[in-house]
Amino acid sequence: MAEVLLPRKMEIANDPSKFGSPDPLHVLAVDDSHVDRKFIERLLRVSSCKVTVVDSATRALQYLGLGVEEKSVGFEDLKVNLIMTDYSMPGMTGYELLKKIKESSAFRQVPVVIMSSENILPRIDRCLEEGAEDFLLKPVKLSDVKRLRDSLMKVEDLSFTKSIQKRELETENAYPVHSQLKRAKI
Amino acid sequence: MDTLIAQLQRQFRDYTISLYHQGFLDDQFTELKKLQDECSPDFVAEVVTLFFEDCEKLISNMARALDQAGNVDFKLVGSSVHQLKGSSSSVGAKRVKGLCITLKECCDSQNYEGCVRCLQQVDIEYKTLKAKLQDLFNLEQQIVQAGGRIPQVDI
Repeated sequence: MAEVLLPRKMEIANDPSKFGSPDPLHVLAVDDSHVDRKFIERLLRVSSCKVTVVDSATRALQYLGLGVEEKSVGFEDLKVNLIMTDYSMPGMTGYELLKKIKESSAFRQVPVVIMSSENILPRIDRCLEEGAEDFLLKPVKLSDVKRLRDSLMKVEDLSFTKSIQKRELETENAYPVHSQLKRAKI
Repeated sequence: MDTLIAQLQRQFRDYTISLYHQGFLDDQFTELKKLQDECSPDFVAEVVTLFFEDCEKLISNMARALDQAGNVDFKLVGSSVHQLKGSSSSVGAKRVKGLCITLKECCDSQNYEGCVRCLQQVDIEYKTLKAKLQDLFNLEQQIVQAGGRIPQVDI
């Protein structure tokens, strides 16, 4: 039985990434343009992200369980790592969506990136002041998406590394005999 | 002696380069091509199809608005051309995008004649691009059917 347990434990100790890689980032993309939805979805998939695309701010809020009719029950497990939204949309704008997200206790920590075809400085300032993570000019570049992904992965990596360390500690405490054996082998 | 594949590949290369040089396409189209691979082999064709659908719909909306002579909803025309400018920019349709900018200016100054003329040009331009891209995709198909690879074209 020792043989069965030991290799796994050594893997955890020596190479955390082999144990299991972190979940891909889940990005919620919001845009009323069909062309832009297809484009951003592809950019995100090519960057190894899981993507959910919706065509309006209202639908985005529904998806997050923040719609008018919703109660927040059942959305605790919904993991969204990043929201990318177009600015100019009919009905609710990306700016208004940003505000609603920042007002919600469940999702205010989720970074929100605004995309716009117009380089209007007061608009950019307003979005950043309201808590937007970044403001991207359309058409969005693959390098923009990769940069966002990398900076978010660093945050995820940190929490993943901590959970690995925690798991190592728990395993040590659960199987003290085997850890002695491991030390003996080395 | 050139094989069929080599001939087709040369045609494809020349045609692609001409589309860029004549201003039909810009860098953004190149970016779209980079996103295409074995997992998503029809990505470019799919996106441009959506774009041409947008053109049809938005141009039709604008034409209808401009038809209400004396009672033109310039706000509607403005928002439609804004959307069209956005999609054309996203696919690299350079000439269409340029015309949208001009149309937007006419709309902002409520220049009725200018809007009508410009919209006609947008209509002609998107149809021209559609035909040219169809020719390009046909060339790609012929290369593949002849057993060749589609060459990477550096502009």
